[in-house]
Amino acid sequence: MSLVLVGTSHRLSPVDVRERIAFDLEESAQLAARLADGGEAVCLSTCNRTELYFSHPDPDAVEALGADALLGNEVELYRMRDEDAALHLFRVSAGLDSLVPGEGEILGQVRSAYEAGARGPVLDRLFREALRVGKKVRTETAIAHSPASVSSAAAALAQQVFGELQGCKVFLVGAGEVSELAARALTARGATISAVTSRTEESAARLAEAFDARVVSFDELGQELEQADVVVSSTSSPDPILSRGQIADRKGRPLFVIDLAVPRDVDPSVAELEDCYLYDIDDLQAVVRESLSGRRREAERAEAIVEQEARRFRDWQASLHVVPAIASLRERAESIRSGELAKAEGRLEGLSESERRTVESLTTQIVNKLLHVPIVRMKEAAATEGAGYVEVARHLFGLGEDESASNRKPGK
Amino acid sequence: MAELLFWPAFLAYGEAAVAYAGDARRPGSMGRVATWGVRVGWLVQTALLIAQAARADGFPWDTWAGSLNLFVWLVVGAYLIWGCKPRFRLLGLVVMPLAALLLAVSYAAGGMDVSGTSRYSSLFLGLHVGLVLAGFAGLTLAAALAGLYLWQERELKRRSSTVLRFRAPSLVTLESLFARTVAFSLPVLTLGMAVGFARLRHGSQLDPLIVLTVLTWVVYGVFLLLRYGADWRGRRAAYATLAGFALVVAMQLTLQAGHFG
Repeated sequence: MSLVLVGTSHRLSPVDVRERIAFDLEESAQLAARLADGGEAVCLSTCNRTELYFSHPDPDAVEALGADALLGNEVELYRMRDEDAALHLFRVSAGLDSLVPGEGEILGQVRSAYEAGARGPVLDRLFREALRVGKKVRTETAIAHSPASVSSAAAALAQQVFGELQGCKVFLVGAGEVSELAARALTARGATISAVTSRTEESAARLAEAFDARVVSFDELGQELEQADVVVSSTSSPDPILSRGQIADRKGRPLFVIDLAVPRDVDPSVAELEDCYLYDIDDLQAVVRESLSGRRREAERAEAIVEQEARRFRDWQASLHVVPAIASLRERAESIRSGELAKAEGRLEGLSESERRTVESLTTQIVNKLLHVPIVRMKEAAATEGAGYVEVARHLFGLGEDESASNRKPGK
Repeated sequence: MAELLFWPAFLAYGEAAVAYAGDARRPGSMGRVATWGVRVGWLVQTALLIAQAARADGFPWDTWAGSLNLFVWLVVGAYLIWGCKPRFRLLGLVVMPLAALLLAVSYAAGGMDVSGTSRYSSLFLGLHVGLVLAGFAGLTLAAALAGLYLWQERELKRRSSTVLRFRAPSLVTLESLFARTVAFSLPVLTLGMAVGFARLRHGSQLDPLIVLTVLTWVVYGVFLLLRYGADWRGRRAAYATLAGFALVVAMQLTLQAGHFG
């Protein structure tokens, strides 16, 4: 059984190509079932990639089938086998092949593809390992610790001020898409949207309803600012709408102000107030850039983990080649043992039941002890020597030959 | 025996200090190595103190160098309460180099030796020195937390793009922790001072250390009144904690001039 990967991703194909071979989960499941052809198949289709994984005795045939399914004549595809294919999936699962290194969504997509696939022992092991490696990379490195978007950076900074955001009151000034994204990032970390204000009442009402918040008028700005812990401002006003004078003495209570508007909504002098922390869009983008470069640095450590795990998978896969030979060897030994005991039946007639059991056990132990070292050596050598070692074992022990021929006494 | 235990304790604290510096540059496994250095160093220093106590005739840390040895042990012990959490590793960057340095100073000044007999009883010294030093250790840790607060606050104020890299505790957490640490340490210091005053002979002169201790007590007392009575928070509270700590340092230096006689 060989492992085969055929696919394309954002690195090879632009979106207008990728969208032609994108499949939803149901279509992925159907495609995998159709292509498995007596072997195993899994289709991983996300917005950045479509990949087909196979485990099949005829790798060339399934590779051609896969390429055909992914419009190989028109779409540039990568094709990989065995260890390379495993390494690729482990990198994908760890988020190392993603646009944003370490992004977490891919892990869920790999799991869904695995569950929808036509899988057997090889792909089952491969995908379970890929999910484990993905989690391991995120635990043992800081690749997924820092924010990758402006809204998540704003939420992470708010946490840097307040710690847990449970109980933190957020006041939204402006009710556009940008405000909504920031509000989602903040509420995902436990904050509460307490009030929304906007010059357009309908959009304020829509956003307030989505977050179970109050709609307040622009005139109540000062009053709301006094109660808020976090202010997110994103209006299209040409002039600043929030000035230093509107913010009352906080008495040591921090106020985190996120100004996502261009031109800016908040007078920069607000940052000079004690206990006030003001971040505009440029500040947040600088935090994201730094965070992404940090993720790239961590990716180097993640690559080392992924490579080590791919080598472990290769060893396991190689050990599969020796399994039939080991089974034949055990079978042959057992048949010789039981045959010789049967021949000696006449001489063993006088033995009691317990003495018979002792003879059975003794002969079984001799066989097991004799086979133990060759079997261990075969498994060990499988990863390095490959199929050649198995052939030697087959030849030496006469596995697969006519039993009477291999049992013939020398010289006869 | 005690002298022999100094080196592993010193090396473990030094290793923790270096590992914390490495972790600050690139957060990851170095942080765990540092935490183990703190744990091992503290256990070895505990053994060192036990060996000293077993060998001594009375209270073994009644010299300036000896009290410094005990002080380091108390500071690191108090740090261990939070230090194992990844978010507080930056605090180790302040505490552990200081611990290694003070332990070395204590060793050089003979803090690992066993002192001669004092005119005070072991029980009195144990209570007075132990409680005062435990109070100072807590106040030292509060100062380290206040320092970390000011650093973090400045980074957020100047909108540094690397502010998220170090994964320090939040401002609110740090502020509440250094206030609580002072609130816990001051009663301990008060008890230690009370034991000392109870033994002060009628007509004895107040030495500079006693004056400084009372002054420190007043500074931290006022801080706690303002913090919990008038909701005094933020940068001002951090500066007040550091001002109190400056007096603690002055006291350590004054102690060298001889207090126990």
